[in-house]
Amino acid sequence: MVHVALKNISKVYPNGVRAVHPTSFDIEQGEFIVLVGPSGCGKSTLLRMIAGLEEITEGELSIAGRVVNDIDPAERDIAMVFQNYALYPHMTVYNNMAYGLRNRGMAKDAIDAAVSTAATMLNLTELLSRRPSQLSGGQRQRVAMGRAIVRNPALFLFDEPLSNLDAKLRGQMRIEIKALQRRLGVTSVYVTHDQVEAMTMADRIIVLNAGRIEQIGTPAEVYHYPASTFVASFMGAPPMNLLPARYNGNGRVHLSDSVHIEAPETVDYSGDIKLGVRPENVGIVDRSHPDALHFDLEFIEELGAGRLLHGKLADSGLIVHIPHTDPIPSGDVYVGLPKSALLMFNPATGARL
Amino acid sequence: MKRASFNQLGLPVWLLLPQLVIIGVFFYWPAAFALRSSFYLEDPFGFGSTFVGLDNYNGLLASAQYVKVAVFTLGFTFLVTFFSLSIALVLAVKADKVIRGTRTYRTLLMWVYAVAPPVAGFLGVMVFYQGNGPMTEFLAWFGYEFRLGVNYYDTAAAMVAVATWNHIPVNFIFFLSGLQSIPQSVKEAAMIDNRSGTGRFWDITFPLLAPTAFFLLIINITYALFDTFGMIDALVKGEPGNNPMTLVYKVYVDGFRGNDLGGSSAQSVILMVLVLVLTVFQFRVMDRRIHYT
Ligand SMILES: Nc1ncnc2c1ncn2[C@@H]1O[C@H](COP(=O)(O)OP(=O)(O)OP(=O)(O)O)[C@@H](O)[C@H]1O
Ligand SMILES: [Mg+2]
Repeated sequence: MVHVALKNISKVYPNGVRAVHPTSFDIEQGEFIVLVGPSGCGKSTLLRMIAGLEEITEGELSIAGRVVNDIDPAERDIAMVFQNYALYPHMTVYNNMAYGLRNRGMAKDAIDAAVSTAATMLNLTELLSRRPSQLSGGQRQRVAMGRAIVRNPALFLFDEPLSNLDAKLRGQMRIEIKALQRRLGVTSVYVTHDQVEAMTMADRIIVLNAGRIEQIGTPAEVYHYPASTFVASFMGAPPMNLLPARYNGNGRVHLSDSVHIEAPETVDYSGDIKLGVRPENVGIVDRSHPDALHFDLEFIEELGAGRLLHGKLADSGLIVHIPHTDPIPSGDVYVGLPKSALLMFNPATGARL
Repeated sequence: MKRASFNQLGLPVWLLLPQLVIIGVFFYWPAAFALRSSFYLEDPFGFGSTFVGLDNYNGLLASAQYVKVAVFTLGFTFLVTFFSLSIALVLAVKADKVIRGTRTYRTLLMWVYAVAPPVAGFLGVMVFYQGNGPMTEFLAWFGYEFRLGVNYYDTAAAMVAVATWNHIPVNFIFFLSGLQSIPQSVKEAAMIDNRSGTGRFWDITFPLLAPTAFFLLIINITYALFDTFGMIDALVKGEPGNNPMTLVYKVYVDGFRGNDLGGSSAQSVILMVLVLVLTVFQFRVMDRRIHYT
């Protein structure tokens, strides 16, 4: 069931900056959507338009079947978690959570019950009478979550809620937020520029670039079948290898005059392409292998769980990821590019062929 | 904090000396002198003085005129503080909403603050002038004859108006910067939690402005009590007569016009105690409460 629908939503700021080009997508009931993209691509703008904190320049937004373009943030039945938590500094943790409920005319007993349930869920029971200034960063983050949860809204909005936490806590909260969302079943839109968060948390990822949607898809789709070179190089660390090559419609891809391999598919295109392959899909092969290509190994990066081999294939940079159990290659190294793992992109538009 | 260490006592004492001398000569010495002379009856012609104990103080409290001035001062301080704070707050809230033009607005308002109190008094005289002051003429339209310096209440109203006008800018600047230091995201979180703008103002904005407001409250009380001297002098044209005046002005009138040095000193001592109480109160509250971060 469609829960949130954006129809040609766009945003032009008063100073003339077009932050979001007309954008449409639907969010299903209970879905966890992650908006990801580089800084300044319009993620926050899009989220804030959904929240009602930013006016929608053009287009139509509906939440739970109701067009909300002209409806106040307080009446959209949403709750938002801000990057800097935005707790009310003069209120106790309890009041921070209760404030939104009181203003909606909820009875005192019901507020008490809602706050204490949320506090138990988030381990905040001991802290209810403290002020935000008396809490650690992680605890503030929980209070911000609690303030959203108690409202039991139709839609959760998160704007980089974990970016102020240290790496360890971030990893932990990522799992907690995802688990909470699963349990509560509340539709969520989550903004981040961290592709690991995007991959691990999302049901579907929306990749934004310069105010436009590059791709919408499940984490696996976005990872394995990026719609463009932008997505290919944005998702994944290290990113997908993009080798300059030529495709002449003869079923073969030429990496150089002498180096060529079988094309992954036949497409109606001929000319220069970018050949995409994920580092972990490149295999180290024996010289005698029929499709062995000479790899000019330059240096090895140790990751613990694996190794990154940096070097050149037909004079273009290539990164290969091998598991730590594999022997460290030396001397003349040969690699194989499995046909099924290859993608072809139009170098001019960046789109996948 | 960085700490400098001195081997001998000599240098620090020398460095502090000018300041200590200034404080001593211009503050403690006159204060001590006032305290002393408040217990004496000074001969108006300078032929010695007699110790009279608390007579000067008793005389003050028994004087209907002193009580009247004290009551006026109280009312005056309350009205000036109330109006200058609330008008400035309204202006600041409006200015905070308009992003463009805030600076022009601020500069325009700030000019008013650059007007020294006596000059403000003269401007007040011009505006409320009996013959052809614009305010006088404006009120005449409504059939009200405004008589500055003649009618007690008219003069009082002019004093309150001029003092308020003169002190709005400082309050405005402080309120505006207080408003602008409230994080945008906190205001936005409140927008999601509360649909009513007025509700948000009283629940979120106002409490977050409380430290600023309290600081300004003290500043304004001090201003109305002590800094309005020149303005009042200009408005009553140095002829207090039957006109309203504040306690500070009365010190001057009794001491220099009436040559009652003892009584006037007793009044100064009372004012000093008042300042002391205000200061202690301010530090107490500032230390204890209204601290969020
Ligand atoms: N209030 C504003 N007025 C004018 N332009 C703005 C405003 N807010 C954002 N922009 C511009 O709109 C574009 C998108 O901004 P937005 O804040 O949505 O980016 P973002 O994707 O959230 O980036 P980040 O990851 O850095 O938070 C940027 O070019 C930014 O400069
Ligand atoms: Mg952002």
